[in-house]
Amino acid sequence: MSLFDHKVRDLHELLQKKEVSVTDLVKESYNRIKDVDDKVQAFVTLDEENALNTAKLLDEKLIAGQMQGSLFGMPIGIKDNIVTKDLRTTCSSKILENFTPIYNASVMEKLHNAETITIGKLNMDEFAMGSSTENSYYQKTKNPWNLNTVPGGSSGGSAASVAAGEVLFSLGSDTGGSIRQPAAYCGVVGLKPTYGRISRFGLVAFASSLDQIGPITRNVEDNAYLLQAISGVDPMDSTSANVAVPDFTKGLTGDIKGLKIAVPKEYLGEGVQEDVRNSVLEALKVLEKLGATWEEVSLPHSKYALATYYLLSSSEASANLSRFDGIRYGYRAEDAESLIDLYKKSRAEGFGDEVKRRIMLGTFALSSGYYDAYYKKAQKVRTLIKKDFEDVFEKYDVIVGPTTPTPAFKIGENVDDPLTMYANDILTIPVNLAGVPGISVPCGFSNGLPLGLQIIGKHFDEQSIYKVAYAFEQATDYHQQKPTL
Amino acid sequence: MMSRITIEEVKHVANLARLAITEEEAEKFQKQLDAIISFAEQLNELDTEGIEPTSHVLDMKNVMREDVPTKGLSIEEVVKNAPDHQDGQIKVPSIIE
Repeated sequence: MSLFDHKVRDLHELLQKKEVSVTDLVKESYNRIKDVDDKVQAFVTLDEENALNTAKLLDEKLIAGQMQGSLFGMPIGIKDNIVTKDLRTTCSSKILENFTPIYNASVMEKLHNAETITIGKLNMDEFAMGSSTENSYYQKTKNPWNLNTVPGGSSGGSAASVAAGEVLFSLGSDTGGSIRQPAAYCGVVGLKPTYGRISRFGLVAFASSLDQIGPITRNVEDNAYLLQAISGVDPMDSTSANVAVPDFTKGLTGDIKGLKIAVPKEYLGEGVQEDVRNSVLEALKVLEKLGATWEEVSLPHSKYALATYYLLSSSEASANLSRFDGIRYGYRAEDAESLIDLYKKSRAEGFGDEVKRRIMLGTFALSSGYYDAYYKKAQKVRTLIKKDFEDVFEKYDVIVGPTTPTPAFKIGENVDDPLTMYANDILTIPVNLAGVPGISVPCGFSNGLPLGLQIIGKHFDEQSIYKVAYAFEQATDYHQQKPTL
Repeated sequence: MMSRITIEEVKHVANLARLAITEEEAEKFQKQLDAIISFAEQLNELDTEGIEPTSHVLDMKNVMREDVPTKGLSIEEVVKNAPDHQDGQIKVPSIIE
């Protein structure tokens, strides 16, 4: 048994009873990484010396009876697009191969206050653009349940490291499904919070109106604890929302009597594999038994979400990624003849194909003559998609459906066809466009590969999501199954 | 059917985005971008007359703060990640003929 089979609450009890030390927890992490990460390849950078030093300090505090932080001593992995002071941050891109941030993301400051221990930086699709983590410049992360399949993406390293027991939990980021989809593929719990719930300061921007950082954990309760630690308004991010942060663990009772669930027919329709559909229908039976009711509803503009998303996210990305110029930081090409030539060569040599494709798509959609037809049109459709959710939430507490249309696919299967690859995200993208929160929790298996149940809530109502997710988790045992590595 | 985007337009867009591309890449990206843009044209099925565009989901505008000066970065920090620097200044290719 791994120490990481315990919840945060249980680990804190073990720490308090002096049955386990913080150093034990950190060593558990690195030992497991040494044992399995040559197979899983979740980590891009490790921070072992610092982590062990911090563990020592925390152990001294523990002995002195000063266990203060809400996540005291808990080993965490960080997606490599969240900047960490003095610890290399690459976004899994060649262009940031030697980039060592001079400041911490706000979430890292919050984790510091909560007294977690950073184990290392986790692999991802380059600049979070992708659904399989195959777009990393450094390595291909494997799904711990089947090493021939992808872990999902873009937070593939974040989900795989938790599933493989390399860390207790991790942070990912989600622009169109990048936390929920890999969480579903790897059989762990991943939440995309409401847009604005968490500061994006220090999250390397992909699509600023859609990006959110969020927690990936082994169980719902730990997910709520981790979200609690990183939530709240931040003067460094003017899009972080000035709303109260409730106690996210409050609804974790298992009681969902009278709860009203909406099931969009578009989420169980064409393109959704039978095993996936059946697992969701089974899950609904479980929720019904627990006292909830469900009805079929429609989110009529769902089919337009994918096109809307690619136009908007690529447009925003083309602007955000213009900062990589080979001048102030990042990769610089040799032998440039002029300043413009330096920009062009540095970017051409530093970015991978998917990133270039999206920068060009975005530049096109924003360019004179096309702006109204593509960018502005997509913004208007976004309004319709957002309204679909508002209409449903007038009558229902949460929306439930699958996280992904299929389980994890084989490595290399979709790399040559961007549109097929993009289709993995059809059930997660609308949530980002509407800005509402969504979680993926394990809800079954298909040929040994995990499946995810997606639960979507109203703006700033992560509490209801956790309530349903927890009740479902307590009534099932999917989350207790572990991959053998 | 006519392409949504030509090879010449791909080269133009790459230039705007400051990306050097080869002839071979221009051809490959032309095909892929054409497919993605054709796919995106399904949005034209929707009548969006009179619909307000959404650029941001939260109802927030002009978030203000007090204009209080704070300490800036040190020169060492500024040049720390610069690929080429000398005497506290970042080096770039000559920009004046």
